[in-house]
Amino acid sequence: MSSTLLRSSALCTALRASAPKASKAGIAGTTFVRGKATLPDLSYDYGALEPAISGKIMELHHKNHHNTYVTSYNNFSEQIAEAKQKNDIAAQIALQPLINFHGGGHINHTLFWENLAPTNQGGGEPPTGALAKAINDSYGSLDALKEKFNTALAGVQGSGWAWLVQDTQTGSIQIKTYANQDPVVGQFRPILGIDAWEHAYYLQYQNRKAEYFKAVWDVVNWKAAEKRFKQ
Amino acid sequence: MSSPTTYSLPKLPYGYDALEPYISSQIMTLHHTKHHQTYITNLNNALQTHASALKSGDIATQVSLQPAIRFNAGGHINHSLFWQNLCPANSPNAKSSSAPKLTEKIKATWGSEEKFKKAFTEALLGIQGSGWGWLVRYDTGAGGSESGRLGIVTTKDQDPLVGKGEVPVFGVDMWEHAYYLQYQNGKAAYVENIWNVINWKTAEERYLGSKEDVFKALKSKL
Repeated sequence: MSSTLLRSSALCTALRASAPKASKAGIAGTTFVRGKATLPDLSYDYGALEPAISGKIMELHHKNHHNTYVTSYNNFSEQIAEAKQKNDIAAQIALQPLINFHGGGHINHTLFWENLAPTNQGGGEPPTGALAKAINDSYGSLDALKEKFNTALAGVQGSGWAWLVQDTQTGSIQIKTYANQDPVVGQFRPILGIDAWEHAYYLQYQNRKAEYFKAVWDVVNWKAAEKRFKQ
Repeated sequence: MSSPTTYSLPKLPYGYDALEPYISSQIMTLHHTKHHQTYITNLNNALQTHASALKSGDIATQVSLQPAIRFNAGGHINHSLFWQNLCPANSPNAKSSSAPKLTEKIKATWGSEEKFKKAFTEALLGIQGSGWGWLVRYDTGAGGSESGRLGIVTTKDQDPLVGKGEVPVFGVDMWEHAYYLQYQNGKAAYVENIWNVINWKTAEERYLGSKEDVFKALKSKL
């Protein structure tokens, strides 16, 4: 999965309608949500990111964690659609944090899988072109960016993510951390994300998370990041 | 100006394998000697820097250190309370009958111990990201009328329960590091099993004691 089209279509498949499945949803035969999010396939094997990320971690992370966000997002989407149908504003508001959390979990992981790659598929190869220039202009070098990024990752208190984002107003790039599953939406465009939840590294690195942050750069897919970056 | 207090890791009141099979020895060892120790190390560092900033009148640095102090001090407080409110499953303290007054209040509040456990479990499983679930005694309320009221509270990351009128009775760590090596994504099983190792005797003492009593062990282990 290396083209922008395919990449965005993975997200769209996940987030938009797919009519045939919708007929099973709904309560008493009424369907409120036209389609369901689905777990996207990885474009590499679970073991393909070793030794940076173990196959066991990748398998649990994708098949269990990510899938739970997908299932829960579909569940709460259905509920919020039903609340909307009934004009139940209180219920809609009560469901917002759940949509943010589980929908965010789905978006974040989908982007994450895509911005990783095995070393024999370009993982760890430095960025080129406009993104490389933006990194050099902003941080001096790719190594300097990685160092600042790792400091940001280490500074996440609790669960969360660090992202290289692009400000849609100015076009400039910056590093931002997000709590829990808060997705990169609105003013900022996600370019590259690293998962700093403990489930992303604990089976392999335990409390030594700095080692995970150091190793993960060996499997970063900068080609994917380049395609997200807009000139 | 004197240098700040240096905090150190409190000893566990039981062996690392004492909570098996519900919490593995490997988890307990890492959790205590690595995670808890790191909070203490980072707390001491932040307090040291803070002391220098106090001395030099550097107010901006003092304020910028607040989140690190809150997070790491919270981690130290929470874990210290957590170790104490767990015990081996074969201990008599692991039975809720070791907390007669507390269980009476629990029944009066939730209807039954089972209903309380169900509500507590739901709260724990509803935490988004890292955090803790606590049974809390509240000592505030209109005219003291609600003194001794119980509630279930979830906190994010390492936020400690140190607010006015709130006394932590027992807490459950819902950070992934608390269960992941054994339960992976099956956190519901961890929560189900944790009930086997809750130290009800400690819970009763905290429920009946003053706020100072609850934090006494923390102070004595400086």
